[in-house]
Amino acid sequence: MKLLEALMTGLTQGAMVALVALGYTMVYGVLKLINFAHSEVFMMGAYIGLFAILGLGGAGNPVIAGVAGTVIAMIGSSLIGITVERVAYRPLRGRGKGALTRITPLVTALGVSVLLQNLAQLLFSARFRPYPQLFTGTLHLPVVGGLSTSRAFILVASIVIMVGLELLVQRTWFGKAMRALSTNEEAARLMGIRTSRVIAMTFALGSSLAAIGAVLFCLDQSQAYPTMGVVIGTRAFVAAVLGGIGNIKGAMLGGLLIGVLGEMVKLTDYSGGVDVLVFVVLIVVLLLRPAGLLGTSRVEKV
Amino acid sequence: MRTAHPTRPRRTSADGKPLLSLEDVQVSYGGIKALRGVSLEVRSGEIVAMIGANGAGKTTTLKTVMRLLPLSHGTITYAGEMVSGLGPEELVSRGVSLVPEGRAIFPNLTVRENLEVGAYLHKDAKTMRETIEDVTALFPRLGERMKQEGGTLSGGEQQMLAIGRAMMARPELLLLDEPSLGIAPKLVQQIFAAIRRIAEAGVTILLVEQNTRLALQVSHRAYVLRTGEIALSGSSAELAANQEVQAAYLGG
Ligand SMILES: Nc1ncnc2c1ncn2[C@@H]1O[C@H](COP(=O)(O)OP(=O)(O)OP(=O)(O)O)[C@@H](O)[C@H]1O
Ligand SMILES: [Mg+2]
Repeated sequence: MKLLEALMTGLTQGAMVALVALGYTMVYGVLKLINFAHSEVFMMGAYIGLFAILGLGGAGNPVIAGVAGTVIAMIGSSLIGITVERVAYRPLRGRGKGALTRITPLVTALGVSVLLQNLAQLLFSARFRPYPQLFTGTLHLPVVGGLSTSRAFILVASIVIMVGLELLVQRTWFGKAMRALSTNEEAARLMGIRTSRVIAMTFALGSSLAAIGAVLFCLDQSQAYPTMGVVIGTRAFVAAVLGGIGNIKGAMLGGLLIGVLGEMVKLTDYSGGVDVLVFVVLIVVLLLRPAGLLGTSRVEKV
Repeated sequence: MRTAHPTRPRRTSADGKPLLSLEDVQVSYGGIKALRGVSLEVRSGEIVAMIGANGAGKTTTLKTVMRLLPLSHGTITYAGEMVSGLGPEELVSRGVSLVPEGRAIFPNLTVRENLEVGAYLHKDAKTMRETIEDVTALFPRLGERMKQEGGTLSGGEQQMLAIGRAMMARPELLLLDEPSLGIAPKLVQQIFAAIRRIAEAGVTILLVEQNTRLALQVSHRAYVLRTGEIALSGSSAELAANQEVQAAYLGG
């Protein structure tokens, strides 16, 4: 039973990590850039969600505060994500030569990440802020046993969102444009796709998912703090690479795997070594499959 | 095949003015001049070929027309309007489509999705269905492989897909960059037959081809590009009889 409980907890943790990992992977897909600022967009989402939920009545008004607070966090994070792209990445696009075309935006991304983190310390102070508890009680499920209501909710919500995302990517014009842009930017422009707009929408979508992940994470962990992006951001980034960066299903799989793995480790005597193990797994997978679990390094036919 | 665009007004081909014209267009990559002042025009209903050796600037010319490359000098006019300052999306919406060199299909999208993305600017479901019907009538092989990923097609089939995808935008002017490149002779025949049918349906064509013989057979007029400049131009029959062209490009 302990094993099953750990599995459920792991899936919950993993689903949140996956929501954040999706932002890394989608932005990488369209820009071939690791958006290091993404972890800070996640953190900002947590704070915006916190203030919005408190402002809307917090635990006294859980449904409305929870839903509206999350939506506000999504909007806020999207605006931050779009601004970062606009101000820090877009001016660099198509500039520079050779290796610099890839390294310059990478350094900029790191810079923006540090900037946002410091900004958060200034605005919100470094202290841990308690998150209102919107869920109480425990569900008693057959087979699995006890599962807190908040975790059950997190798991279900994350899965619904991921299925929705998959439909969005497969079925809608935006999804097709994003996939086309990810494989060949010039060809996408030849189809009439306004690539700047698709890139901005990708940042908005990734940031919104990070905001949902942030609110769910805080509901689970009961607190928000300025460096929270580093912890979860790193795991999410590893998840994205593990699954195959640029691959949406890969990010989901990578997130879930990391979550489950982490909880399994906690059952052993080495519970402090979760992050170490995560990196070991990453290295082993990349040695065996350099493109990640679901990634393909496609060779184009000539 | 239906080529009328659902929203764009149909131009009459008899108005005498060129559909596309380039005037003294110059383009550089870094410091290196690839086009040194190219002037050419394409009239409605024509098939115009552009031939020239490797590196002459043929691809650069087409990409510049499509507004994928900035020009350092000169103007491009399409249907009487200056388009030099616009972006590729704007050119596509005005009726110009490019089938790029090396095809550039989307390998991880299915054949159907590749075609759908080609109709990105007019997402009307009925038009799209009809245009897909037309494209699969033109290339029955594509119709048999709609669910297959683009990357799994043979080279010749990928070229068919690239042309079909460009036709999905219902262009008025189709730019083709080396459609025969690296393709088995039998499929080249099929592809050129399709190009003829597209032209018969009223689409104006600017064709870049390494296979000079074929290019001069299918086109009305042609330009010879040499190191970024137009070296010769004239009717295709004239050029095919020209000794210089025969020596340099027809191997005899
Ligand atoms: N991205 C680029 N950067 C620098 N120089 C380039 C680039 N693309 C093309 N060139 C140069 O510009 C010139 C014209 O190239 P272009 O591709 O237009 O030739 P082409 O006539 O299409 O040749 P081919 O028949 O080989 O396709 C060549 O000298 C080429 O080396
Ligand atoms: Mg070329």
